[in-house]
Amino acid sequence: MALAKDYDSVMGRSNDIMKKALGLDYNDYESGSIAFDYEALMKDTGYTLEEINKIQSKTDVGNTPLIELRNITELSRKYAKPGFGARIFAKDEACNASGSFKARRAACAVAHAKKLGYKGVIAATSGNYGAAVASQAAMQGLNCIIVQECYDSHGVGQPEIVEKARKCEAYGAEVIQLTVGPELFYTFLRVLEDTGYFNASLYSPFGIAGIETLGYEIAMQCREKVGKDPEMVVCTNAGGGMMTGTARGLLKAGAVDTQMVAASIDLTGLSMASDKQFNLKSCTTGHTGFGVPYATDPDHSDVPRSAARPLRYMDRYVTVKQGEVMYMTETLAQLEGIERGPAGNTALAAAFSLAQELPEDAVLVISETEYTGAGKHIQPQLSFARDNGIELKFGDPSAEDKPGENVVFPANPGLIKCHDADINHFRQSLIKKAVKKHGVTPTDADLKFLAEETKTDVDFVKKTLGL
Amino acid sequence: MAKKGQWVRIHTVVLKAEQRTAKIPDDTKKCDLEMWTKGELQEDAEIGDTVTVKTAVGRLEEGTLIEVGPYYTHSYGKFVPEIIEIDKQLREIMRGGDK
Repeated sequence: MALAKDYDSVMGRSNDIMKKALGLDYNDYESGSIAFDYEALMKDTGYTLEEINKIQSKTDVGNTPLIELRNITELSRKYAKPGFGARIFAKDEACNASGSFKARRAACAVAHAKKLGYKGVIAATSGNYGAAVASQAAMQGLNCIIVQECYDSHGVGQPEIVEKARKCEAYGAEVIQLTVGPELFYTFLRVLEDTGYFNASLYSPFGIAGIETLGYEIAMQCREKVGKDPEMVVCTNAGGGMMTGTARGLLKAGAVDTQMVAASIDLTGLSMASDKQFNLKSCTTGHTGFGVPYATDPDHSDVPRSAARPLRYMDRYVTVKQGEVMYMTETLAQLEGIERGPAGNTALAAAFSLAQELPEDAVLVISETEYTGAGKHIQPQLSFARDNGIELKFGDPSAEDKPGENVVFPANPGLIKCHDADINHFRQSLIKKAVKKHGVTPTDADLKFLAEETKTDVDFVKKTLGL
Repeated sequence: MAKKGQWVRIHTVVLKAEQRTAKIPDDTKKCDLEMWTKGELQEDAEIGDTVTVKTAVGRLEEGTLIEVGPYYTHSYGKFVPEIIEIDKQLREIMRGGDK
């Protein structure tokens, strides 16, 4: 008998569909309470760092250049106290096949799907990950479907997302495009069930393990170039995979003293599920609309337990404004001669400001760049913003920025200032949400788990819960 | 008239506005959840007809025929004078402008 395909029926079969589409039973890692065995989940991917490196080397992924942004460092020092202004380096991840670090995740997810005998892969993503999965599927000979949230109710597409659709098709994928709303998950499940393809989720352990090579390479390249580990690594933060994988890779390389900073574009006040506000943002990723919910509740993704758990690794969480990221993207092109981003340059904008807190001999690495193309460039994003009634102006972004109303470029580079978000508040939020979600009294194992989840200690967890 | 075998784009409504029950803002609740995909037309048809297409992965999907030979029109956007201002400022700071 054919299965019912209506919304409630498909959503009701979600767990079964997921289990089949991941080849992994997450119940094996559950404690029955709040805690689950994260490290066992990561270990059971069955891939060591060397094996991942082997997979990635075969598919034009990894070993990207670490480039020193000398002119941007010089510019940053003009606004720092004497003797301050760290050397800024960028991991040029745009050099990966498909143009972003997402190829690292996709290479492993697709290789795993192939090993398990799936005929194709599906991913729900409006970002670079779609192109990455499509590119890897092409290389490894699997079919690929990408499901995107792309249009508002007037059929107007965000230029950056439209470009990503084009790129997916260029690699032979089918692209299913939808209007705004979380019910994208229903279409995703329906197609997963119909095709029997592998869910190449951004949040699977295979995907996250794929990013560990990035952190490992950063440590090795820094040791080779400057003779030490970086004092600070800044990661653009959306779903938390970059922070998680990069930090794990650095730790595996023994870089235990590197400070890990997450950076997101501040889109406070804009709803990510609003049809009207969908095209009022000038960046489609790397923003707080993804960064904060995924950090404080990692398990609301498209897998039962996300392998991206950024608060386990983050030392600081800073925000920057859209206008600052646009300005730094242009600065990268004008002063360093490379066109990258824009959204991937969120960490760069933050780094420009953070470098001024560190001495001149300190080394600061931004963990990625991404490819640039039609639609995916500051000019189409800014002209799209203007067409949508967004005011573009020069001023003080920290004081004047209003997401959805304006984009404020810094009147001078000295006004590029990242701001610390209250990371302890996010930690408390994760702890409270986790306890509420499971509706149980935390056991000792849960308290220890929540301390690990938030890079804190059991006392912090107890205090948060009033225990 | 679109011919069988032509590459086309189709549109469907996945959920009508009143069927949307997820926790979403009010403005989104008023809109249908719409979907687009592309594929090879399985029978001759006119724009606006309900048709079946065979997608790039060989999947059959039904929808309203909206475009034959679909193509992308996204671009590098219109002139944004502020970008020129940023460039001038950076040159001035780093190299002392035209001096």
